Amino acid sequence: MIVRILEEGQYEVPDEELGALEALDAKLAEAIDANDADRYSEILSELAAEIRARGTALGADTIVSSGLTVPHEGTSLEEVKRLLASGDAVEV
Amino acid sequence: MGVMKRLTGIVQAKANKVMDRVEDPRETLDLSYEKQLEQLQQVRRGVADVATARKRIELQAQQLQLSAAKLQDQARQALAQNREDLAREALSRRAGISTQLEGLKTQHDQLVEQESRLVATTQALQTRVESFRTQKETLKASYTAAQAQTRIGEAVSGISESMTDTGLAMQRAQDKIAQMQARAGAVDELLASGTLTDLSGSSDPLQAELDKTSAQSQIELELAQMKGALAPPAPTGALTTGGAATDEADGDAADAETVDALPRPAAAPAGTAAPAGGEASPSDDLFSLGSEGSQP
Repeated sequence: MIVRILEEGQYEVPDEELGALEALDAKLAEAIDANDADRYSEILSELAAEIRARGTALGADTIVSSGLTVPHEGTSLEEVKRLLASGDAVEV
Repeated sequence: MGVMKRLTGIVQAKANKVMDRVEDPRETLDLSYEKQLEQLQQVRRGVADVATARKRIELQAQQLQLSAAKLQDQARQALAQNREDLAREALSRRAGISTQLEGLKTQHDQLVEQESRLVATTQALQTRVESFRTQKETLKASYTAAQAQTRIGEAVSGISESMTDTGLAMQRAQDKIAQMQARAGAVDELLASGTLTDLSGSSDPLQAELDKTSAQSQIELELAQMKGALAPPAPTGALTTGGAATDEADGDAADAETVDALPRPAAAPAGTAAPAGGEASPSDDLFSLGSEGSQP
């Protein structure tokens, strides 16, 4: 599965590693819903670190779309909420 | 739904919106390429904008450092003239500058981060544009083959996603610049008007009170240190003993210690207040004020 870390690039993560990422993803969603900025940035950093550790970075000359996307760990809770809300206005 | 899937949907929906208007896939390829070239220009301008913003902050920090040094001189002069009230005012303005510098440092750090991220983005984008240009010609040449349509679709959605990501990165950099400009404008006004009071900018009354108290004790400390520096060197007795100038090194050292200890009752508190300055790296110097106690 191709995973993109926004503002950084794409990683090819083996499918058997996805479970760990999805578990963190669920916690991330909880932290965002609970408006818990500290927990959010803690989990986001962990998630990004896991993607980098378990995946292989794709070169900039590889042009493929991603199956999963995470914000860069510098993204604040407020910024990520705005980003998620911007999707409500776009028909998927 | 998880955050990762939602974000993917959002990014791809934004990307598709850009590309959906074109009917012929071959045109989509050319349009994507044009858009990437435009974006490359934009990102390069973005890097320049962030660098300009960063330099402006550095310049302001220098100006604030000059003001702080001037205020400290004024405080010393005021004390020499027995105008403790003026010295207090000068030192409290200097404390305001210190707060302002802390705010500038936070923004400086953010801009430095944005700048290096955008530089990396530019390099990746350049590689990608070059690679896409080659791929699109190959894809166009083989367009008659049925599977080429799918491959064009994949290439275009991949490149659109990257462009959307770059767009988001640019947006964040611009947000940081806008925040910085708001603060920089305020600092410019303050520098111009010469009033540096009420700078805490804190909207939390308790925090404001706490800041005030800690600034107050810092001011008291600095006043005590200045008084110490201005006070007569030492009681005459201690001086005569030290001035006896025997050749015995041990005796000299002990006397020097006595002389040094007497006029500086604030030496111990100065030590406890010091750690903040102690851990500053050279690059942080621009954003922090040296303590009076740290000067020889």
